[in-house]
Amino acid sequence: MDGSSSDSLSFGQRWKLAWSILFDATLAGRVSRALAAPAPVPAPKAPPAPPKAPELPPERVHASALALLGALQREGRLIDFLRQDVAGFSDEEIGAAARVVHGGCARVLQQGFDFEPAVKECEGEAIAVPVGFDAQRIRLTGNVTGQPPYRGTVRHHGWVARSIRVPSVSEALDPRVLAAAEVELP
Amino acid sequence: MPRYAVGIDLGTTNCAVAFHELAATGEEPVETRRGTLGIPQLTAVGTVETRSLLPSFLYLPGSTEFPAGGLALPWKADAADVVGEFARKHGVNVPTRLVASAKSWLCHPGVDRRGSLLPWQAPADVARVSPVEASTRYLRHLLAAGDAHLKSAGINERMADQDVVLTVPASFDAAARDLTIEAAKNAGLEHVTLLEEPQAALYAWLDQLGPRFRKELKVGDVILVVDVGGGTTDFSLIAVTEENGDLQLNRVAVGDHILLGGDNMDLALAHTLNQGLAAAGKKLDAWQFASLTFGARQAKEALFADGTLKKAPIAIPGRGSALIGGTLKTELTRETLQQVLTDGFFPKVSVTDLPQTARRTGLTQVSLPYAQDAGISRHLAAFLTRQAKALENAKDLAIRLEGRSFLHPTSVLFNGGVFKAGVLKARLLEVLNQWLVADGGQPVKEQAGADLDLSVARGAAYYGWVRRGHGIRIRGGTARAYYVGVESPMPAVPGFEPPLKALCVAPFGMEEGTQADLPPQEFALVIGEPTRFRFFASSVRRDDPVGSMQDDATEEAGFEELAPIETSLPAEPGREGQLVPVQLQAAVTELGTLEVRCVEKSGPGRWKLELNVRMKGDE
Repeated sequence: MDGSSSDSLSFGQRWKLAWSILFDATLAGRVSRALAAPAPVPAPKAPPAPPKAPELPPERVHASALALLGALQREGRLIDFLRQDVAGFSDEEIGAAARVVHGGCARVLQQGFDFEPAVKECEGEAIAVPVGFDAQRIRLTGNVTGQPPYRGTVRHHGWVARSIRVPSVSEALDPRVLAAAEVELP
Repeated sequence: MPRYAVGIDLGTTNCAVAFHELAATGEEPVETRRGTLGIPQLTAVGTVETRSLLPSFLYLPGSTEFPAGGLALPWKADAADVVGEFARKHGVNVPTRLVASAKSWLCHPGVDRRGSLLPWQAPADVARVSPVEASTRYLRHLLAAGDAHLKSAGINERMADQDVVLTVPASFDAAARDLTIEAAKNAGLEHVTLLEEPQAALYAWLDQLGPRFRKELKVGDVILVVDVGGGTTDFSLIAVTEENGDLQLNRVAVGDHILLGGDNMDLALAHTLNQGLAAAGKKLDAWQFASLTFGARQAKEALFADGTLKKAPIAIPGRGSALIGGTLKTELTRETLQQVLTDGFFPKVSVTDLPQTARRTGLTQVSLPYAQDAGISRHLAAFLTRQAKALENAKDLAIRLEGRSFLHPTSVLFNGGVFKAGVLKARLLEVLNQWLVADGGQPVKEQAGADLDLSVARGAAYYGWVRRGHGIRIRGGTARAYYVGVESPMPAVPGFEPPLKALCVAPFGMEEGTQADLPPQEFALVIGEPTRFRFFASSVRRDDPVGSMQDDATEEAGFEELAPIETSLPAEPGREGQLVPVQLQAAVTELGTLEVRCVEKSGPGRWKLELNVRMKGDE
């Protein structure tokens, strides 16, 4: 690919690229160079009339959230687990089920995301919070007074999804069906 | 001119695709000139995800089994079958519609490999497919995935136009290689080259080393490649020699086709654990057993990864929505793991211990000819011993034996997902080194391989680049000599089969793109009538020249009977029924396949003999 074509990629193409790049070092190198090239400034034009957003039902708007929920159920039986009343069961029984949930859901997370802590310092370590710190990545607790910079201790390192691999889900299907009923034929 | 060399590892249980820029000079860092391809595939109904491997499973659904559009792929909205992860997962619930291990069927001489016979136990309404067709569908999926990838990356190329290298087990016979080419053609690949998988693994290693390989290798080294895939075990020996001051790599021997791999190991663990559960009165259904197998694999990996763990728990969920209370628990102890896997598959044996084989029972029962003996170390012992005997008198001796009782490798390259477990590598090294030291040799050096899952595909792509004159090429030629059976003329004796002689038509080690000499023997063919020859191969008879006649075409003498070869001379008007004297000539094509043809003795006639892939023996 050449650098000039980067701005002509549709959002969908970028998505697909993001996928394929994960597996293709060669391409990744070139694409990162191409995407890093400054995009030409678009000619100023009159702001278009705000387009009328088509009314989508909530399950279409949130289809990817439902797909993720479906995957957590499929691989890790998460809905089964959370919908069950744990009151009557021993820790032993809950523990056995939790292993199924943990193993399967961990796999879904691992396939879909790469995580990293929000700060580099480890928990329990001292951290300098500079002027103009990212208040989304760092939440202050305790004796919050005065202006930054601050010095504090990391209690939880936070989580950031560094990369996201979203499965493509067929629009032909009803996103509300999270798991099909299983019927065994004799 | 193609832009990429594409390597396709069409595995028994997993496929992978890699590519290598053909314009690369070899000076660039490895990462910038090659990569592997993510393969989008169905992972659930209506869900497409990209994985680095494509499981070699094909599910043939009923027409109403899934919602409309539920099987759609980015490049095929109306897909009617399933290949990959979802096929494997769902096939557990409906095994009669699942095609698995198609590649093993592809080299099964006891069945019609072009016949629609898979899934083997499918009900009548399933449109079965042939082993060739299943392979074609995997390839089609891989090619379509690659095309979609190229398109989305804005690269104006098609997979079919690239320089495609397809890997096959070193132990694949001539017919299985032909069928692999046929599957590729059906999938739209007109030009492919075949490469043996252990060689591909070695190429991946060379690619990784770059120019440093000269430091790693010296003349006289013998590299043993041990490739244990999901379904097969494959050995190859590569000798380092010198010609005009240049290092040369020669693949001097390959092992037999052993249907034994990582999947057998996970199954063995699951069966062992299942016995324990059954003894405690817990009976698993097929679905739960599959989840036990999966759990056993995870537990195995956990124990192998952390040597301090004594056991790893396994939870087997029930099928209903009541997860808590319906989940069975068991655990894999290190002791069981050691007993079943390490000792079961890699036993400490002496080099004289040979694999136990049950006598073949002929063609009465048709199933895959799985290895009878799970001891990979015994198969390795047999390989090294047999090859030493074969090389003892070899003229083209690339390996010095110095009176040793088996062939001594100097280094080992492991390949296949099984060897992610350091314990298993260590065990095989321990056993091998014990043999070596006891036989007066030196311990081997382990060569650190590339990625165990992807290196075959990577090495194949690298080979595509090497073929254009870069880097170092492994020379090998055919790892077998080929023979046609000739019946000795003798008076018929009831109940006594006349002894069969073997005429060598293709010597050991024929290089690609060469043809063998014409053997002097003549045969008389009848025009218009099909002619058939019994066909044999030997991986140990290295010195039989073309035209030599061997008295005893038996297993004991190192022969293996393959499916027969046949031809039908087209009838020209007025010549039907005439006898035509012919000679048989063998050639190895540029693609790496073997061709045998009839050459008319005093005329222009040339007829190709087809490798019969229907049945061994007579239908």
